[in-house]
Amino acid sequence: MPTTYANILTNRYTLDKSWTIEAVERAGGYVAARKALTELTPDFIKAEVKAANVRGRGGAGFPAGMKWGFLAPVKPGEQAYLVINADEGEPGTFKDRTLMEKDPHRLIEGCIIAMWALGAHKTFIYVRCELVLSIARLEAAIADCKKRGYLGSRPFGKDHALDIVVHPGAGAYICGEETSLLNSLEGYRGEPRLKPPFPAVKGAFGMPTIVNNVETIASVPDVITMGGEKWSNLSLLPPEMKDGGTRLYGISGHVKKPGVFEAPVGITLREMIYDFGGGMLHEGRPLKGVIPGGSSTPVLRPEDKVHAPDAKSPMNKWHGKSHLDVPLGVDTMRNIGTMLGTCCAIVMDSSVNMVEASRNLMKFYHHESCGQCTPCREGTGWLENVLNKLCEGKGKASDVDLLVDISNNMMGNTICALADGTAMPMLAFVRKFRGEFLAAAEKGVPVKDRRLDAALLSAFSGRAA
Amino acid sequence: MALSLSTDQEKKIDEIVARYPTKRAACIPVLHVCQAQVGWVSPDVIAWVAQRLELATSEVQGVVTFYTMYHQAPVKKHVLWVCRTLSCDLRGGKAIQEHVEKRFGCHAGQDSANGVWTLKKAECLAGCGYAPMVQIDDRFFENLTPEALDRVIDAYEKGQPPPQAETAFTKNPAPAPAAAAPAAPTPSTPPSTPQAS
Repeated sequence: MPTTYANILTNRYTLDKSWTIEAVERAGGYVAARKALTELTPDFIKAEVKAANVRGRGGAGFPAGMKWGFLAPVKPGEQAYLVINADEGEPGTFKDRTLMEKDPHRLIEGCIIAMWALGAHKTFIYVRCELVLSIARLEAAIADCKKRGYLGSRPFGKDHALDIVVHPGAGAYICGEETSLLNSLEGYRGEPRLKPPFPAVKGAFGMPTIVNNVETIASVPDVITMGGEKWSNLSLLPPEMKDGGTRLYGISGHVKKPGVFEAPVGITLREMIYDFGGGMLHEGRPLKGVIPGGSSTPVLRPEDKVHAPDAKSPMNKWHGKSHLDVPLGVDTMRNIGTMLGTCCAIVMDSSVNMVEASRNLMKFYHHESCGQCTPCREGTGWLENVLNKLCEGKGKASDVDLLVDISNNMMGNTICALADGTAMPMLAFVRKFRGEFLAAAEKGVPVKDRRLDAALLSAFSGRAA
Repeated sequence: MALSLSTDQEKKIDEIVARYPTKRAACIPVLHVCQAQVGWVSPDVIAWVAQRLELATSEVQGVVTFYTMYHQAPVKKHVLWVCRTLSCDLRGGKAIQEHVEKRFGCHAGQDSANGVWTLKKAECLAGCGYAPMVQIDDRFFENLTPEALDRVIDAYEKGQPPPQAETAFTKNPAPAPAAAAPAAPTPSTPPSTPQAS
């Protein structure tokens, strides 16, 4: 598609020392926050965010404006909290990190506006502790804001005290789940809580709490500057899909130019891989499968076509087209049996053995299951064990069905979505690459394919450092 | 031996505790401060944190064992984590691990023969687009080859840890100057990202 997309979220990424308040203010930072606190009412801001159709950028794609609407009214003696989920750890996902490293002030400004809109006085930013640079830059940004009076007892002269605390995690994927994150924030083991009560009613420290992803909140200043409707219309998707704006995409795996980039909502996987990603890494090794939005989203094959002959179907427009040509949106991806997730794709070429690839991921989920619910604690381990057996040639054909059976018994039977996020990709791997699993059941995975980088080793020494 | 912290660290811990509405909430950050001081989370650290935050030692122990970034046994001077999740493995994560194991003379989970390093395997460190990558202590090293990693390890062993490189980012090709105004999406010019090969 011969179009160039604007850098909006990322417009300050390439400035000299882009993480400092001086650079940010020269580039128009904190204008939106000043306007919000001095001129705009909370209701107006909430309406703009709703009109902007910001779908949560953390993976679930829930409309941010609607989530804000669920915040329970604060009773006397209580206070509402805003919590930012920066526990980025979904395999394949590395976009929020760039926001915190390169433009922490955009997140801080978003927090200021969101706190004012929600009537909250305190934000906790939960950052995984491995992101040392992100934490350092956020803390420096907060200190600078306090000095300038953007945070503190009278931000921008308004009688509405604001404070932001950066809370480090300690290394647990599950803490990206919002209720687990809240437990971790409160100093407990990061085990998810039963819902209801939802965090909007009873969240951090028992108070009404909104938990949003980094990128979701970082979008808020631009929503205010541009106006909700205009921001929403940046999206390439039709307005009735209510999936607005511009977002960060990430691409990793077998492409020439992996990395993060910004584009409107609704570009296609083909654009991601062949335009932004620079195409497949090796000539002669075509695309085999792509995981569209972090490892919990079911894998897609380029040869699969959309089947929606019914003119009334929302997918009819793309009937007969490859899955790679469907625009990336929360609902479009759901309609082709996968999820948009975090919009960070993992690209796998024809050298990848899918049994080995799924084994890598199931090992991850087994390691990261918190152990609270039996179907997940046991199921993730069983999946890994069965895959190990298959890889080593000790499996049998019925093991392939066993993978399906275990997955089906995990789905929907646990407190949080980690089990579903394990079972869904597992089922997709088996369904779409069944032949490979059956071949493995017969004679195992060839030793050379039991490592995913085998095809790369010869090229390794020649690469620039 | 009971844990004793410097006045600075005591002050830092007081400041952390004051951030939260409950004392317990400070548990994770306070454990980080103590680990930085002691090198690992020893039984003394657990007892000290429990007392400081008015918790049972079993509650603190429960927190420590839940998370991977607390060292539950002493580690060497530097800790090297190799990311082995899918994106890194597609780009040579296993080769990096094998290279380090050979150089260190140990397997993942063990200490190096020269007694300087502890080698660990990590699950996704959010560096997928810059794979393969490792974390050494508090820094990420990305887009590695075995040779590039050797240079980093050499520098650490000489006591001159190299800085973490700034993450690369390329803007979409766009016409000049409008970059400063967050309000104005820049008008488009053709074509999309160049198809470099």
